[in-house]
Amino acid sequence: MLGSALRQAVQLILGLDSEVLRIVLLSLRVSATALAFSTLMGVPLGAWLGLRRFFARRLVIAAIYTGMGFPPVVVGLAVYMLLSRSGPLGSLGWPWVPGLFTPGAMVIAQIIIATPLVAGFTMAAVMGVDPNLRQQLISLGATSWQATRAVLREARQGVVVAVVAGFGSVISEVGAVMLVGGNIEGSTRVLTTAIVLETHKGNFSLALAMGLVLLAMTFAINIAVLRLQGKAYG
Amino acid sequence: MGEPVYRLLGVTRVYGARKVLDIASLDVYAGEILGIVGPSGAGKSTLLRLLGFLETPTSGAMAFRGQRVNGGAPSLAVRRRVTMVFQRPVLLSDSVYANVAYGLRVRGVTDARERVEKVLDLLGMLPLRKEDASTLSGGEAQRVALARALVVEPEVLLLDEPTANLDPAHVAIIENVIRQARERTGMTIVLVTHNVFQARRLADRVALLVGGRLVEVAPTKTFFESPSAPETCAFISGEMVY
Repeated sequence: MLGSALRQAVQLILGLDSEVLRIVLLSLRVSATALAFSTLMGVPLGAWLGLRRFFARRLVIAAIYTGMGFPPVVVGLAVYMLLSRSGPLGSLGWPWVPGLFTPGAMVIAQIIIATPLVAGFTMAAVMGVDPNLRQQLISLGATSWQATRAVLREARQGVVVAVVAGFGSVISEVGAVMLVGGNIEGSTRVLTTAIVLETHKGNFSLALAMGLVLLAMTFAINIAVLRLQGKAYG
Repeated sequence: MGEPVYRLLGVTRVYGARKVLDIASLDVYAGEILGIVGPSGAGKSTLLRLLGFLETPTSGAMAFRGQRVNGGAPSLAVRRRVTMVFQRPVLLSDSVYANVAYGLRVRGVTDARERVEKVLDLLGMLPLRKEDASTLSGGEAQRVALARALVVEPEVLLLDEPTANLDPAHVAIIENVIRQARERTGMTIVLVTHNVFQARRLADRVALLVGGRLVEVAPTKTFFESPSAPETCAFISGEMVY
């Protein structure tokens, strides 16, 4: 069974099966959008936590570490309750709040999953820069902002690792998108939820085809992270 | 000797419950090389960091060119007239050239190339200008650190153990460049060193700092040949003072 399923799976991928292609593209679109927002919020937050010492900083860091380990399905549950018609956001009826079972709802859940990861890894990268560097640059005549920029530049490879790790986490999660997206064909079906469905239906070759695509994508991402980490720390 | 570059009166610096610096009075004059010696933990680096505006005195009055500067960091323009070379330099993960050009870049100097190459040449680092700074040896890194400070032609150059842990060849290069820089530009140099021989070779005046207090400040010849304080005698003869 595995052999024929695998053969069919490769055929589906090579033949650019339209359904597989649509699902792959939606997965990429949702996760890339979420990642863009997570990067915009997580990188400055991580840099700030890494550079500044302030009241309640440890509390914020503890919250981020907790967020890095959030089970996606719990995030999905929280977003579900927020966005449902009777929930605190869904009941407002604001046009820019996405409804449940839309790609927008999936993006929101994935932002919540990826942002702590991006912020946490960015913070670690910034804290990894020698703390004496900043003062030495100040002494060379840099303004506070110029010195900050130089420190961030020193941490640049670690920041890229943070962003890539954030992408890896959202492209492969299933719990949140299943709950808030609903796995609706042609609308909110992404790779991970499709794999679950096709497996339940016994449609192993299609599930396997999408599994291979997902595997190839996460593999490529991890290779990229390892290479970047090698450059940053090797 | 005219208006001093720095004038310190009753300056203290306290960390928690520990008073690490207690300077009754100290003047630093324009164009001189002032050597500061003393055992480790005497407050030498703290004094240098005060002069570099990287820390503020806990109490007392500090003036730079007649202007009071003890109320927090002075303006950027004043700050940029003073540059410090640290005992353990941290370089940018970039080329040697980019590291040396940094001070000029933040000042918006566009035609940096000639100045950077001149300073690199002075320190014998011109052939390594394209190397990544992370590949340099300790002595080379220390030369880059001196180069990046000299290139901005500061009015005051603060040196914190610029040759600690370096081999004699590197020490000679760095000491020569320090001497030349003063002769060429007339910059004021404050040199912290645990090495009394280095102070004797380079400084016009030498100050002995023990336990945060200035024990003696005297012209180099007097300091070494007829010191007035018994601690100075003990220190220069190699007996440690505490």
